[in-house]
Amino acid sequence: MTRQQVLDQYFIDARHKLIDIAAFLDRVDRAEGGADFRHAAFRTALKALGRRGPGRAERVLLSLSDPTTRPIAKAHGKGACGAWPGR
Amino acid sequence: MRYIEPHGHMVSRTTDDYRDMATAGCAAVCEPAFWAGFDRSSVNGFHDYFCQLTDYEPQRAAKFGMAHYSWLCINPKESEDVALAKDVLAIIPQFLDRPNVLGIGEIGLNKNSRNEVRVLELHVDLAARTNSLILVHTPHLEDKLKGTNLIMDVLRGDRRIRPERCIIDHVEEHTCRRVLDAGFWAGMTLYPESKCSPARAIDLLDLYGQERIWMNSACDWGVSIPLAVPRTALEMRRRGWTAEEVDKVVFQNPAQFMGQCPKFRLPAA
Repeated sequence: MTRQQVLDQYFIDARHKLIDIAAFLDRVDRAEGGADFRHAAFRTALKALGRRGPGRAERVLLSLSDPTTRPIAKAHGKGACGAWPGR
Repeated sequence: MRYIEPHGHMVSRTTDDYRDMATAGCAAVCEPAFWAGFDRSSVNGFHDYFCQLTDYEPQRAAKFGMAHYSWLCINPKESEDVALAKDVLAIIPQFLDRPNVLGIGEIGLNKNSRNEVRVLELHVDLAARTNSLILVHTPHLEDKLKGTNLIMDVLRGDRRIRPERCIIDHVEEHTCRRVLDAGFWAGMTLYPESKCSPARAIDLLDLYGQERIWMNSACDWGVSIPLAVPRTALEMRRRGWTAEEVDKVVFQNPAQFMGQCPKFRLPAA
């Protein structure tokens, strides 16, 4: 696909998602409450997104990933929250 | 268009979904064992589930001219209980000879715990001893990268396991290349809220090629779309892929991988 074709096919969808992210950050700012590691992780991921060059999706995923390498002692629960709490 | 749904949890889906998939060109659906959304209380629950996967579900699919295949295991979400896992592993061999069973799956990790790794090793040993294909689930979200690396360590640590007989599913941009570079097959799961969107899945095909890779809906009781594969095929066509190129990814590739099991047969066209 040419760059023109990519933009024709995906720009409106990407624009929609970009505004959703902006509105999400505004919503978090308006809400009362303390700090949350997910909010911080999201802001870090946005910095990864803003860096120039290919591989943005991979960089964002890596920034949200558990960087440790050893199995944990025990699984407490089954779910994942989308960002590594850092412990 | 024809396609294979290589990963669908049809026990969670309605008969309308079977009808829609058949209408869209689905020739075969392949169903790995998974977590029911609650922990089963004993091995008897798994026995009944394996009967459902190997007896009842193929009959539902056949009503729509669709082949149905299954994979058996105790899912990583229930692997923290090693004693239960050993009980389940003990009954799997009595089902492996059933005509629609392709192998062991979806095994893997969920929270990357020591017990999960131990149960994964036991499943890999069973697959090696029975010369079974392996379908691997990789963890969700922040746990995926670490889990994928741990899983590949286990598989590569068993010299009896050939990577071309293992598919590592739910890859994304940060895990796809390392899975393919290690010689494994890679599966991309098309989910509306996590894993891959259709656009990202096609991006990965553009980046890493069309060999040893498939797409699936992994439709289950959660937010998922049973027609995700044909919808992504449509998007591939909109991006300029030829019908033959689409057919390779959505039909020929899964048939090639699962055809390594002699029991895999497609319905006559």
